[in-house]
Amino acid sequence: MTDVKLAANEYIKADSNLLRGTIEEGLQNNITGALYVDDTQLSKFHGFYQQDDRDLRAERQAQKLEPLHSFMLRARVPGGVCTPEQWLDIDKIAGSLTMNQNIRLTTRQTFQYHGILKRNLKPLIQALDTSSLDSIAACGDVNRNVMCNPNPVESELHQEAYQWSIKLSEQLLPRTNAYAEIWLDGEKVTTNETEPMYGKTYLPRKFKIAVAVPPHNDVDVYTNCLGFIAVSDNGKLVGFNVTVGGGMGATHGDKETFPRLADELGFIALEDTIEVAKAVITTQRDWGNRVDRKFARLKYTVQKHGIDAFRAEVAKRSGVDIQPPKDITFTTRGDRFGWVKGTDDKWHLTLYIECGRIKDVPGKEIQTGFREIAKVHKGDFRMTSNQNMIVANVAEADKDQIEALARQYGILGERLTPLRKHSIACVSLPTCALGMAEAERYFPEFTDKVDELLVKHGVGDQPIVMRMTGCPNGCARPYAAEIGLVGKGPGRYNLYLGAAFDGTRISKMVLENGNETEILADLDQRFERFAAQRTSGEYFGDFLVRTNEVKAVITSAGDFHD
Amino acid sequence: MSLDQLNSLSSPLSTQQIDSLKQLTASMSAIELSWVSGYLAGISQGGTVNAVNTAPAGKLTVLYGSQTGNAKGVANEVAAKAKELGLNVELSSMGSYKTKQLKTETHLLVVVSTNGEGEPPDDAILLHEFLAGKRAPKLADLKYSVLGLGDSSYEFFCQTAIDFDERLAALGASPIVPRKDCDVDYDDDVNEWTDKALGILEQTLTAAVAVSPSSVEPVISTSQYTKKNPFKATLLANPKITGRGANKDVRHIELSLEDSGITYQPGDALGVWFDNDPALVDELLTHLAIEPQESVSVNEHAITIKAALIEHYELTQLHPGFVTEYAQAINSSVLIELAQSKELLREYIADRQIIDVIREYPVAISSAQLLKALRKLTPRLYSIASAMSEVEDEVHLTVAVVEYDAFGQPHQGGASSYLAHRLIEDSQVRVFVEHNDNFRLPAPEQNVIMIGPGTGIAPFRSFLQQRDNDEAAGENWLFFGNQHFTDDFLYQTELQDFKERGVLNRIDLAFSRDQSDKIYVQHRIVEQGETVYQWLENGASLYICGDGSQMAKDVHQALLTVIQTHGNKTAEQATEYLINLRDTKRYQKDVY
Repeated sequence: MTDVKLAANEYIKADSNLLRGTIEEGLQNNITGALYVDDTQLSKFHGFYQQDDRDLRAERQAQKLEPLHSFMLRARVPGGVCTPEQWLDIDKIAGSLTMNQNIRLTTRQTFQYHGILKRNLKPLIQALDTSSLDSIAACGDVNRNVMCNPNPVESELHQEAYQWSIKLSEQLLPRTNAYAEIWLDGEKVTTNETEPMYGKTYLPRKFKIAVAVPPHNDVDVYTNCLGFIAVSDNGKLVGFNVTVGGGMGATHGDKETFPRLADELGFIALEDTIEVAKAVITTQRDWGNRVDRKFARLKYTVQKHGIDAFRAEVAKRSGVDIQPPKDITFTTRGDRFGWVKGTDDKWHLTLYIECGRIKDVPGKEIQTGFREIAKVHKGDFRMTSNQNMIVANVAEADKDQIEALARQYGILGERLTPLRKHSIACVSLPTCALGMAEAERYFPEFTDKVDELLVKHGVGDQPIVMRMTGCPNGCARPYAAEIGLVGKGPGRYNLYLGAAFDGTRISKMVLENGNETEILADLDQRFERFAAQRTSGEYFGDFLVRTNEVKAVITSAGDFHD
Repeated sequence: MSLDQLNSLSSPLSTQQIDSLKQLTASMSAIELSWVSGYLAGISQGGTVNAVNTAPAGKLTVLYGSQTGNAKGVANEVAAKAKELGLNVELSSMGSYKTKQLKTETHLLVVVSTNGEGEPPDDAILLHEFLAGKRAPKLADLKYSVLGLGDSSYEFFCQTAIDFDERLAALGASPIVPRKDCDVDYDDDVNEWTDKALGILEQTLTAAVAVSPSSVEPVISTSQYTKKNPFKATLLANPKITGRGANKDVRHIELSLEDSGITYQPGDALGVWFDNDPALVDELLTHLAIEPQESVSVNEHAITIKAALIEHYELTQLHPGFVTEYAQAINSSVLIELAQSKELLREYIADRQIIDVIREYPVAISSAQLLKALRKLTPRLYSIASAMSEVEDEVHLTVAVVEYDAFGQPHQGGASSYLAHRLIEDSQVRVFVEHNDNFRLPAPEQNVIMIGPGTGIAPFRSFLQQRDNDEAAGENWLFFGNQHFTDDFLYQTELQDFKERGVLNRIDLAFSRDQSDKIYVQHRIVEQGETVYQWLENGASLYICGDGSQMAKDVHQALLTVIQTHGNKTAEQATEYLINLRDTKRYQKDVY
């Protein structure tokens, strides 16, 4: 160890006895609904964040009550696939062990619960375990949920890619027994336990992997730390184009931080997948910045050392011959709503879920609807990276029944604009501690207003990727959206424009700290020009760059802020 | 009387004194005599000169048994009046009265209240038992009278007073005047009984100048503000301290006592006078077809009936007397019949307020008939939730707002809704302190176990503030419970702070509705039984505050279980153990 002062979390991890900390003592301390402060960093590795209802903070302070602490738990669901039986359990847990009682689909193909009281954490994790689900490493400085294109149409290719996402997820799990001990009453490990790949301080920061199956880039593969783009030969998966160093998070006002798309590492054969993934992770483990968490993501490591040096290190550590990338093309990023038929003749129904929130509201009983579907469904469910849900693998004979249920409960049947179909938002207020402005609660209304402008200019049928987050950390990947809104303060957002529709170019800020009126006025002018001057089939982001309204971001580090 | 008639038989003076007086006055003019008579009167009233030395012909003892302080206050007044009449008075709490002294008494007045289910107040328990026991002496020479304080809405109304009356009579004592059982608006009844009893005693007991041995308590109240002369305290704040999801609205009331000179100690209660809800009064008058502006006489002042009902009459708590009177006033055979069955009547009044009866039987009656049926408003007593060492000239209360729906209508408690809803910041509340010597902290080095679920937490907030400011060496352990952790954890952040700073050493919590089985403080006491017993063995004092109808009994039972189990005792020994704690002031209750 040098005498450099590391980031505070590094000491917490080092002293945690492989992620145990004092979580168990904290659970026993019933004078508060919170955990001990340091443990709130460790809890992420177990899949949950401590939050509080920020709407109630001031009110409860006056009531001499502590903040209404609760926990957000995110499950680990590689590729977002679960069975109908699992869904029924997931739904039941939401109803019995969370205050919100609903389910939130995330931008990383999993679900999360909000409003879990401390005393319900253990019963909830045990209930998930009973259903063969867990939340290990769903958050924290480790590899998180592995995304995989839920592409049920090219059935075989998807199946192979999906199997790799599971393998990656399993292989890259922490090995500590802490999760089993604390939550599942597992035997206490008394021997000297080690964490072979991660080491006792794990990674410097969170780590995200996605597996994409071209031509669909719904997983936003370039925004991930590590990406695997399926390369196929006659419908058979032969290997992956590997990408490294993508990531969304930035800090307002800090020009040293930036969102970045991944660089091409190169093509690898299938059998080298795990070794290369491990080599990338250990290189980041050793090279990553452990002094300042703002610069600790892999993207800064790749930026600092350069892709060539990084590739050489990965090749050396893995012993794998990394070849130049194969040609691949992405054409879509959204989900294919409605029914599609796979090559194996099974049907798949993709359902739009506004902001991924599965709850009942009058006229739209989405939660009940999925419960009823799950009771009869014989295939599986697939959560998409756009916060939507696919009822997958439906036999021809069962198609009508599934569709009737979806319509009965208002999940299907609403006319969706192309903008809405391509829109996602993070949760933000009132639960997320980082949120500076509304996202999920405000986004639907904002989307209506943008749609009105598009219709006004006669471009209402133009698909545009639009995303909103309440803070610059980028959970909804706003910098990779053609219209990105990043919360700055109550009712105030930075407006980012100029990203590519297919996710291969990020956006640039055109308006800082704007309110709704200012943002809509800005978009209004640009839509007017877009309607008049666009070329055939041209996307909005590309148009803005071509006409020099927005300068293209190419390197991020050099040109995102200038 | 002329000097010629003056002799040692008809005056308290000796023959020698009479001679001296005759010599002195013989030569005086009428003016000089008049002046001297004034001089002598001045000397005798100032009491500064040992002018006379007479032996008292008899002594009056006033004993009181008081839980909340009302009986003590009344006994104080009785003793003060007796003293004014020149009687030799000894005033004492039953708790500190030596039972063997009883056989030497000749004249005794007893003022005693009754707890909820007919039990005596804590300080009366020993004497109450003694009088019924084998060691009770014959009291043939004793003349006595009993004044009972109670609440006629309870089944065992003034039961303790009845017990004292019957037991004294059984021991041969004879009554001076018959026992008087007073309801919650007791002022008029108290005055009537006092005047009658003292009128007779004044004739029986010869006037005596010397008053009271040193052991007797001072009769004078420490503050000029009393129940009858309350202080107008300014409301500083009345925030709700339960969360959004709470079923109960509990308020933290902060009042300013600035410039009042009022002092209080942890354990004391605050009496609060309140106004009734004007909307309720309007509705009531409408049902009875009484004009709100009609003038009535209250305490010999003419005011409108509306003002009288808002300020002077009890309109929320329903008592049996109202039903009986109202039934007569409206001549309702149904209600008259109902009022004749004690049991049916109890059932009827259980969850009704006065307005419910009137809504059910809206009949035009006169204002006089209405006022005859109603009781006078009485102040509500709240355990004080602050310590002066912490809040200086403020006083804090923890008030559960009584609000419920019944018979298709919302209902509110009189005082709590006044404090929570009808008072705005900076408005004034009439208050007075009721001292409660039956709920006092032990010496600083002693440990304390506090059991206070719900608003029972109030005096323990005061205790903790006091122990904190005293830097008391003794440890503090709190048992608290309520419905839900997230919404009903009263004073959570303050308790966290006390815990953090080591003032609160242990806290055990029971949130009854956070799981399928209801868990209450008594369950936690049993769970922690071993340590509880250890603390008691090491001299800890035990306090219970809160609901007396159920909680205090369940906790008492839990304590017996703990003592039996961990002290290896029989049920009788455990009971004995708690009685001993109570008698040594280490087991004190403030229950309601």
